[in-house]
Amino acid sequence: MKINSDFFPLTEVATRFVNQLAQCRRLGLSVQEASEHHVLIKLPYSQDIIGYPDTGVIHGGVITTLIDTTCGTAVVCAILKKYQSLEISPTLDLRVDYMKPAEPNKAVYAFAECYRLSSSVAFTRAIAYQDSIDEPIAHAVGTFMRISPEMVGEDFRQALMGNLPEVKND
Amino acid sequence: MTDINKPSEPAECPSLDVQDVVKRAIELNDYSYLLAQVPYSQFIGMSVARFGDEMVFKLPAKDDNIGNPVLPAIHGGVIAGFMEMSAIVQLMVFMQAKKVPKIVDFSIDYLRAGLHQDTFAECKITRQGRRVANVNINCWQNNRKQLIATARAHFLID
Repeated sequence: MKINSDFFPLTEVATRFVNQLAQCRRLGLSVQEASEHHVLIKLPYSQDIIGYPDTGVIHGGVITTLIDTTCGTAVVCAILKKYQSLEISPTLDLRVDYMKPAEPNKAVYAFAECYRLSSSVAFTRAIAYQDSIDEPIAHAVGTFMRISPEMVGEDFRQALMGNLPEVKND
Repeated sequence: MTDINKPSEPAECPSLDVQDVVKRAIELNDYSYLLAQVPYSQFIGMSVARFGDEMVFKLPAKDDNIGNPVLPAIHGGVIAGFMEMSAIVQLMVFMQAKKVPKIVDFSIDYLRAGLHQDTFAECKITRQGRRVANVNINCWQNNRKQLIATARAHFLID
């Protein structure tokens, strides 16, 4: 089932955020869905990111990058919705448990949620999977530090918000 | 018995003898040979130098590795990947591994922003059991005493 992206109105801003990160462009990450509750990002398979040349399995570091990006984007979305402010939160810590190797020649998806947003720290968790979220490749928890919105450069803000209408808080 | 009519198994590539690669790298004291076998280490552009019993890993500044474009800073995931790969190489060299160690878990603490400059890492094998190894990895830029990240990881070895 393909979910209508209109249903997740933050998908566009999340896409612009991820596209601002050079490493994510290089990896070809694409945001599938984004809301104030969750973010889903796809990582396509590529020969360049193989970590186990004997099997063609991708490197754990790529999964970490995917998860770090997805959790970070979930924090951006959660803050955007809750405070109508654009903040880029640096990662404080991240722990990834690898359940099984990713199958070669298949995309990997990461689903992240920001489950608690306090005044100075954001708490996230994520699952990386291929065919089904019930058969995870990796599971992660990460915390992010909240920094002042002034730390976001004006160019970056423009690139992200563009002519996007103000997010309404219900 | 092998059935030649059976379609060959996809992934497995028998030509790569990991133990042989490690042995050759140690003999030549040239670990770029080892890193060259792993596409991801080329992707982020890392290198390694060995000084006696000590190995120092290097991640040269590279535009593609940037995450935060405002600072600019290296993507946290790239730092983690670099540290994980460093730990794998450290284990392979000091164990003369037959296989590439498999990551079980990886836990990283970011202490400072990783700025757009050369980054270094060193690893310490805290404990190596029969099946699992525990490795600590430290990462710095200008000053070895001012770490930008520290991590610990478990690997399956056999």
